[in-house]
Amino acid sequence: MTIQEKAQTVIDEFAMFDDWMDKYAYLIELGKDLPLIDEKYKDNQHLISGCQSRVWLHAELKDDRMYLTADSDAVITKGIASLLIRVLSGQAPKEILEADLGFLKDIGLQEHLSPTRANGLMSMIKQIQLYARAFLLKSQNA
Amino acid sequence: MAIDIQKIRADFPVLSTKVHGKPLLYLDNGATTQKPRQVIERIKKYYEEENSNVHRGVHYLSQLATDKYEAARAYIARYINAASEKEIVFTRGTTESINLLATILEDNLSAGDEMLITAMEHHSNMVPWQQLCLRKKAKLKVVPVTPGGEIDMAVFSEMLSPKVKLVAFAHISNVLGTINPVKEMTRLAHKRGAIVIVDGAQALAHTPVDVQEINCDFYAFSAHKAYGPMGIGGLYGRESLLDRLPPYQFGGEMIDQVAFDTATFNASPQKFEAGTPNVAGVLGMETALRYIEEKGIENIQTHEDRLLEYATNRLEKITGMQIIGQARQKTAVLSFVVDGLHPYDLGTLLDQMGIAVRTGNHCAQPLVESYGLTGTVRASLAMYNTLEEIDLFVDALQKAIKMLR
Ligand SMILES: Cc1ncc(COP(=O)(O)O)c(C=O)c1O
Repeated sequence: MTIQEKAQTVIDEFAMFDDWMDKYAYLIELGKDLPLIDEKYKDNQHLISGCQSRVWLHAELKDDRMYLTADSDAVITKGIASLLIRVLSGQAPKEILEADLGFLKDIGLQEHLSPTRANGLMSMIKQIQLYARAFLLKSQNA
Repeated sequence: MAIDIQKIRADFPVLSTKVHGKPLLYLDNGATTQKPRQVIERIKKYYEEENSNVHRGVHYLSQLATDKYEAARAYIARYINAASEKEIVFTRGTTESINLLATILEDNLSAGDEMLITAMEHHSNMVPWQQLCLRKKAKLKVVPVTPGGEIDMAVFSEMLSPKVKLVAFAHISNVLGTINPVKEMTRLAHKRGAIVIVDGAQALAHTPVDVQEINCDFYAFSAHKAYGPMGIGGLYGRESLLDRLPPYQFGGEMIDQVAFDTATFNASPQKFEAGTPNVAGVLGMETALRYIEEKGIENIQTHEDRLLEYATNRLEKITGMQIIGQARQKTAVLSFVVDGLHPYDLGTLLDQMGIAVRTGNHCAQPLVESYGLTGTVRASLAMYNTLEEIDLFVDALQKAIKMLR
C-alpha cells in the first residue's frame, strides 16, 4: 500500500467514532499495543525532546525501505506515534519526504500538530524526515 | 462575611466561554488568573480617554496620565503596606524584578561569598541567582525541602553561615502550594546581615501581603497572577537600599541630567524605570488589587481553603493518587501524580473535557525531579472556583484515569 492508501485507512477507521472519547480510547489502545522499541535505542541519542513527554525514535534502512520504531512515556503520544509508524514505516525515504501528513488533521488530531504543543509530535515528524533525507543522500552517494 | 461566588463569576467574561464544546473549567490559576470586567474596562478607558506619555508633557492629558499612574503606585504601596510609594518600582513582573535585582545587587556579592535559595524555587527565582553566583564566583546553596513540601527551619537556620550575603525564597510555592514562614525566615537571615528577597508571584491573589510585617528587603510580584493584566508587575524595595543601588537600564525618565560623556540619574523609584512605562498595565493592576480588596482577601482565603480541603479529600480517595505538597500551611494548589500514568495523558484528556490544568515541571524542574518525577498535574484555584467545579474536575479525572488504565 502507498502512504496515501494507508493514511486513508486510518481516516476511515477514525471516521467510525463520532465522540472524542472513543477516538482517544482508540488512540490509547494503539499506544498500548505499539510494538516495543529495542531497549538499546531508548537512549539520549534517540530521544526527541518534546518538553513534556519523552519520545524515542529509531529508523533503519532495509532493501531501500525505511523502518521505524518508537516509544514514549505518555500513552497518547505513543498512540499518535503508532499512527505515524503505521503510515510511514516500510516506505522508501523519498516517499516519506514527500508524504502529506494531513491525515492527522482529518482524524481530528490537529491540536497535536501545533508546533507549540509540547508533545514532541512535530519534532518526531521532523526527525523522521531527517532520517529519510540522510538515507536518501547516502543511497545517492553510494 | 462570605463572598458571593456567582456574582464574582459574572465579572469574569472568560468563565462563560466554551472549549472543545464544553463549558470552560479553569484550574490553571497558578499560571495566570482570569481578568474581571473591571480590569478589562479600566485598560480600555485608559486608551480611550487618558492615553498619553507620563512625566513628560506640559499638556493636560499627560498630566492626567501621570497623576493616575502615580496614584496607582501609591495605592499599590498601601496595598502591600510599603512605608512609602517610593518603594514601588514597576517592572514587567516577577521575573524582571528578580533579574533587575540580580544585576543591581552584584556588588553585594564577592568571590567566596554565599547565597541561599530553597529547593522549591521557580526557575525565575533560581537561574538569575545561579548566573549571578557564577559571574561572581560565589556559592549558591540550596535549602532542601522536606518530603511534605516544607522548609525545615532548623536546616535553613544552620545553612545561614556568616558568608551568606543574599537570601531569596518564595512566599508561596507554585508547585506545592506551601506558604513559607517568610517573616521568620527573614528574621533569621537578617540576623546574619543578609539581604532578603521574597518571590511573591503566587502570594498576591491568595494571602495578605504586608512587606513591613515580613520585613524583607525586596518583594517581587506579577499582576497577571492576581487578576491583573499581563506584562506588568512590581518590585518592592526598602527605600534606603533602592537609594544606594545603581540603575538597571538606562534611558528615558530615569535620567536626571545628561551630557555626552556623563549622566546623573533620578531618585528611586524612577531610577529603575527606564523608557516609557506600561501605564495601562499599572492602572489595570491597581484595579485588580482594588477588586481583591473589595472582596476581602480573608474571605477569598476562607473560600479557597474550603475548596482545597474538599478537593484534597476527594483526590485522596483515588487509587494510586499521590499529592505532591502536603504542607501544613498551604494554599490553592493541588499538584499530583497517579501511579503508572503520565501527567501529559491526564492533562490531554482533561482538556478534552473542558478542564484547564497544567502538566509538566511547572518551571521548577529541580524540585519536581527531587520527588523522582518528570512532571505532575497541577490544578490551581482562584476565588471564582466553586465546590461544584471541584466535583466536575474530580469526576473528569476519574474518567480519564479509567480510560488510561
Ligand atoms: C513562584 C513563582 N515565581 C516566579 C514566577 C514568574 O512570574 P512571571 O512569569 O509573572 O514573571 C512564577 C510564575 O509562574 C511563579 O509561580
